[in-house]
Amino acid sequence: MRFRVEPGLYAAGSPTQESPVLVSANYKMSFDRLRSQLGGLDAWILVLDTKGVNVWCAAGKGTFGTEEIAKRVDVVGLGEVVSHRRLVVPQLGAPGVSAHEVARRSGFSVVFGPVRAEDIPAFVSAGMKATPQMRRVQFPFRERVVLIPLELVTGAKHALFLAACFLVLAGLGPGIYSLHRAGTEGVQSAALLLAAFAVGAVLTPVLLPWLPGRAFSAKGAWLGLILVLSLSAFAWAHPGTFENPASTGAWLLLIPAVVSYVAMNFTGASTYTSLSGVRREMRVAVPVQAACAVIGTGLWLAGRFF
Amino acid sequence: MTRLRYLPNVVTLILDSEKCTGCGVCTEVCPHGVLVIESQKARIADRDACMECGACALNCITEAISVRSGVGCATAVLNGMLRGSEPTCDCSADATCCE
Ligand code: SF4
Ligand code: SF4
Repeated sequence: MRFRVEPGLYAAGSPTQESPVLVSANYKMSFDRLRSQLGGLDAWILVLDTKGVNVWCAAGKGTFGTEEIAKRVDVVGLGEVVSHRRLVVPQLGAPGVSAHEVARRSGFSVVFGPVRAEDIPAFVSAGMKATPQMRRVQFPFRERVVLIPLELVTGAKHALFLAACFLVLAGLGPGIYSLHRAGTEGVQSAALLLAAFAVGAVLTPVLLPWLPGRAFSAKGAWLGLILVLSLSAFAWAHPGTFENPASTGAWLLLIPAVVSYVAMNFTGASTYTSLSGVRREMRVAVPVQAACAVIGTGLWLAGRFF
Repeated sequence: MTRLRYLPNVVTLILDSEKCTGCGVCTEVCPHGVLVIESQKARIADRDACMECGACALNCITEAISVRSGVGCATAVLNGMLRGSEPTCDCSADATCCE
């Protein structure tokens, strides 16, 4: 399934040769959102070929960029369609679009439009002027929670694989492979791993501003500790849940490591992390996560035999 | 709402005031209000809010700004490490990763 729009020039309402030209990515959702937010505005929409990727992502990759704008203006013969020489480019495209280069190459000047499509009517009626508010990127609750399904889907493959490994390995032990152990401890282990993954993927976006620390890996480690504490409370109330001291110790390390890792990967979906910052946190977090994972897995495996 | 802040003192943003003409384009493209114009020159007002998107540098006609731009994505950094390359975003084609 490809969520793409054919690149080219589209009409919204009944645009004339004086109507504004709004530049968009060919990711179907970006395009549809733009059209639905115009509120009756007559405009041209110049859809670039961004390989079906949204504006911000594509700008980072350079597919939503100077080159593609100049080319698309030429391909659709925009100079013949409109009498003015001005393009409204979404501000989120600016990391890929050099306004002065576009002007030099296409003869069209670039006005950076607001971050959110819903502000376009107000921006146009103010004479192509954006308020500082329209220029700011936030990461509010509503924008974070819509990312949860994607976090779950993209991580699920790895999480299920890991859980399956633990499920199978749980059958190991003194003597022959035991299906019984795989069915009891194995299922429990797989469930704990999946729970850790789900907590990381769901609660990181939800609780982001309130989790302690600035590094996402630290935020995740806290979530992991909360999960460990909740499980301990549960085990306290239900003696016999975790009988094996080695595997209990293993989970104290494995759960925070998994949640921290999942949370760290949410940096890519967030709207305010820098590459230098991500590298800085990873230099500390990845070795710690790896150590916890290795020692935890070792303890867990040792727990099969003692 | 609660302002989200990332790690302090890490970004590679550099502004050369000598070259700056105070045109204000950088303040327009920045999604985090990092730059402001004061007495006809750009000034870095909130360095730690910078996400190194590179929009300001790319749009500064006098090349007064430099920043090592990239996407702040751990998955991309990991992919890059595994392939021995620069960070590569895997959210190709249909993906909506950084939407
Ligand atoms: S875009 Fe460049 S020249 Fe213009 S204000 Fe910013 S730093 Fe100065
Ligand atoms: S790199 Fe991006 S976030 Fe940083 S100052 Fe420039 S425009 Fe703003």
